[in-house]
Amino acid sequence: MAKYSLKVNGKTQQIDVDPSTPILWVLRDHLNMPGTKFGCGMAMCGACTVHLNGSAVRSCSLPVSAVGKQVITTIEGLSANGTHPVQKAWLEHDVAQCGYCQSGQMMSAAALLKDNPKPSDEEIDTYMSGNICRCGTYLRIKEAIKTAAKTNP
Amino acid sequence: MEYMKTQSRRSFLKSSALSGGGLILSFTWLSSFKSADKMADLNLPEQWNELTGYIKITPDNIIKIMCPNPEFGQNVMTSLPMIIAEELDANWKNVVVEMAIHDNVKFGGQFTGGSQSVRTYWKPLRNAGASARQMLREAAAQTWNVAVEEITTKSGVLFHEKSGKSANYGELASKAATIPLPKVIKTKIVKDFSIVSKSKKNVEGIKIVTGKPLFGLDYRQEGMLIAMIQHPPAFGMKLKSYDASLTLKMAGIKDVFTIKVYEEGSERGAFETRTFNELLVVVGKTTWEVMNARKKLKVIWEPIAETKEILNAFGRKQEEITPTGLESTIAQVEKMKEYAQKPAKLLRKDGDPEAAFKNATQVIERTYNAPFLAHNCMEPMNFFAHVTDEKALFVGPLQAPNFAEQTLVRRFGLSAEKIEIQMTRMGGGFGRRAYPHYMVEAGLISQKAKVPIKLIYTREDDMTYGIYRPMYTATYRAALDANKNLIGFHVKGGGIPENPVHANRFPAGAVDNYLAEGWEIPSNITIGAFRAPRSNFNAAAEQSFLDEVAEAMGKDPIEFRLNLLKRAKENPVGKNNDYDAGRYVGVLELLKDKSGWGKPENSGKKRGVAAYFCHNSYAGHVVDLVMKDGQPYVEHVTSVIDCGVVINPDAAINMVQGAVVDGIGNAFYGALTHKEGATEQSNFHNYRMIRHNEAPKKIEVYFIQNDIDPSGLGEPPFPPVFGAVANALYKSTGKRYYNQPFTSEQPKS
Repeated sequence: MAKYSLKVNGKTQQIDVDPSTPILWVLRDHLNMPGTKFGCGMAMCGACTVHLNGSAVRSCSLPVSAVGKQVITTIEGLSANGTHPVQKAWLEHDVAQCGYCQSGQMMSAAALLKDNPKPSDEEIDTYMSGNICRCGTYLRIKEAIKTAAKTNP
Repeated sequence: MEYMKTQSRRSFLKSSALSGGGLILSFTWLSSFKSADKMADLNLPEQWNELTGYIKITPDNIIKIMCPNPEFGQNVMTSLPMIIAEELDANWKNVVVEMAIHDNVKFGGQFTGGSQSVRTYWKPLRNAGASARQMLREAAAQTWNVAVEEITTKSGVLFHEKSGKSANYGELASKAATIPLPKVIKTKIVKDFSIVSKSKKNVEGIKIVTGKPLFGLDYRQEGMLIAMIQHPPAFGMKLKSYDASLTLKMAGIKDVFTIKVYEEGSERGAFETRTFNELLVVVGKTTWEVMNARKKLKVIWEPIAETKEILNAFGRKQEEITPTGLESTIAQVEKMKEYAQKPAKLLRKDGDPEAAFKNATQVIERTYNAPFLAHNCMEPMNFFAHVTDEKALFVGPLQAPNFAEQTLVRRFGLSAEKIEIQMTRMGGGFGRRAYPHYMVEAGLISQKAKVPIKLIYTREDDMTYGIYRPMYTATYRAALDANKNLIGFHVKGGGIPENPVHANRFPAGAVDNYLAEGWEIPSNITIGAFRAPRSNFNAAAEQSFLDEVAEAMGKDPIEFRLNLLKRAKENPVGKNNDYDAGRYVGVLELLKDKSGWGKPENSGKKRGVAAYFCHNSYAGHVVDLVMKDGQPYVEHVTSVIDCGVVINPDAAINMVQGAVVDGIGNAFYGALTHKEGATEQSNFHNYRMIRHNEAPKKIEVYFIQNDIDPSGLGEPPFPPVFGAVANALYKSTGKRYYNQPFTSEQPKS
């Protein structure tokens, strides 16, 4: 066990966990932040996507010991009331079916738009292909990303 | 306007005052179906179609509607309340929806599956909404001392035009609670709908996009521990002995023990599965600690013995044998070829098929195969349980709480009143969560550990546990005469461990000489319902075959189907045809029109069509396929669905588009194989799921506009995708693909 001080959604949190513990389980089990989802545990499905210093990472494969002073943002930190352009676009297009993968999809989308404010269809496809949706909402995700891109400053 | 009696043998209403003022209206409706449409593949007996629920109207004008059925992405939490709100003439903005807890007295069937939620609740919910509206009108008439006929409603407000009086529903709800129940009510006509058939956003949308704890895996309770199971590494194996000494030394680990999911020799009830019985359990403080400690278990496994048990479900009682042995896909394929040659069970026979084939000028015979598939719900199986000697609480994702409760009553020896089941939103279901073994496991672990626990499956646990879409094969034969007329049709299908054939579906009824047969091979690999069970294979095989026959006859694929359907409509062969040929025709005609069928294809883009009937609805697709870097890619899809009245069009389009994407993914990539009993795929690195870049650019969805009572939508659009893809692939490559997944037959670029 080791003590870590993590900056999550603008708040510094103290935890005492095994250094190998993935951020996913730190968030879910230790910080009671279940918005970040467990899907595969091997960075193959994207359900656990969070931002590390603004870049999308798969939190199931990111050990707490590797985070250091880097800043973590989760779906709860995108905005608590759904006002982030990506959240608004997701609501506008009523993207979700079961909804389980969507927090990971939105975190990937938000990271994409941060680096590439006006992505082409192909760029969206490539960037988002790490996030699986068994309900098959990919078409709406793409439309929502394009809508969010329009409101991007 | 439709008049309904509210107090018949099959329905009743009950109203009462809400404490603190307001109205609560409870209702029960026993829905009766013809045997042919009884839950399609489940053959559920009629008593399971008792539907009840309630509406609350509070003095502050909040209309609270409980959603009786579990939500797994089919959008029932929005669509079912819309039906009530429509007949109530409520203002949708004042409607608050909550997921009901499991209570089969208050809420009846509560079954999410078989694409039945909207279909079964359509009439009872309309009836309930219209009754409440009628009582509110009566309350207004009494309060204002005017004739009830003069009271109108609009969007949650009662009006008396002559006197200019008005009041919202909340203001008169307490008074309405004193009004006797209406004996006869009027429901709206479809063209007057203002909520139903008008798109409404998902009532849980904001919770989903802000990451609120909605799912089973998100549930937690103070003092709760985490549990994981270790199941045998292969089907046909069981636990012999184990050494947990290293595991128990790991940080955070509380206990290691075994549980038995079922009592050996006990009857197997509905949705009960017998995959693995004795399971090794690790209980600890946190998920990561338990995951790691489980890896340190030293376990010795041994082969199972053959077992015989009684399946007692859905009115059937039969002996079932679970064979011993470690099965491999390669050997299974060979065994299926062998069985396909043996005599099979006769399922349907019209005319004289033997003579037709004997007299045929040309016989076309083709065999189609499909592998096991894993459901791969994005949320792996999990459940919370707290079981004591006195009572039990279960919280998590499940599709069939009533059936689960029966299983829990039997396994835990507690009466149903002592078992509370709370249903969370499900991260996908697709049939998988109708099987409550993981609830039983959670309950047994809690009972033994004497603490509240949450059982979590890893992806690997989930994918290798069984309850798969079965492995299927079907051989189709068509007999053509010298004029290339179709004079005989024969389907002989089989599977491990289930026969897929729907003997009374199209083209049964359209061919004079028709034969359907089926066979089964028992297995210790367990299976379960998977989005449109059996149909998801049949549509692929049959719709491919129909294209092959059409080609041999020199006919256009859609014209060929329409000719057969014309025959089935005008002069059907046999009596038990499941489908309505007219509605089938409607789908194909509109599909032809909307897809621009028959227009020349450009050089790279090839089109395939398929249409299928299942779960009381009709669906067809035309897919446009191109080859990209030597691999097939479906670029554009046109879909037409006849599911009667569409409740929530935008969500319905989403559902159809999703079914198309899911269908393409499974047709191209889905496969689960076995070697020496062990599942060869365990996670998304070796079980390929369709991804963003593989989804079509556009999926156009059209619904047949009619006033027919709504039928299923979650499943019907899925099966024909496989057939349309296969037919487009043939046109594109000149090669017919007989084995799913189709990319397994595709030369690697």
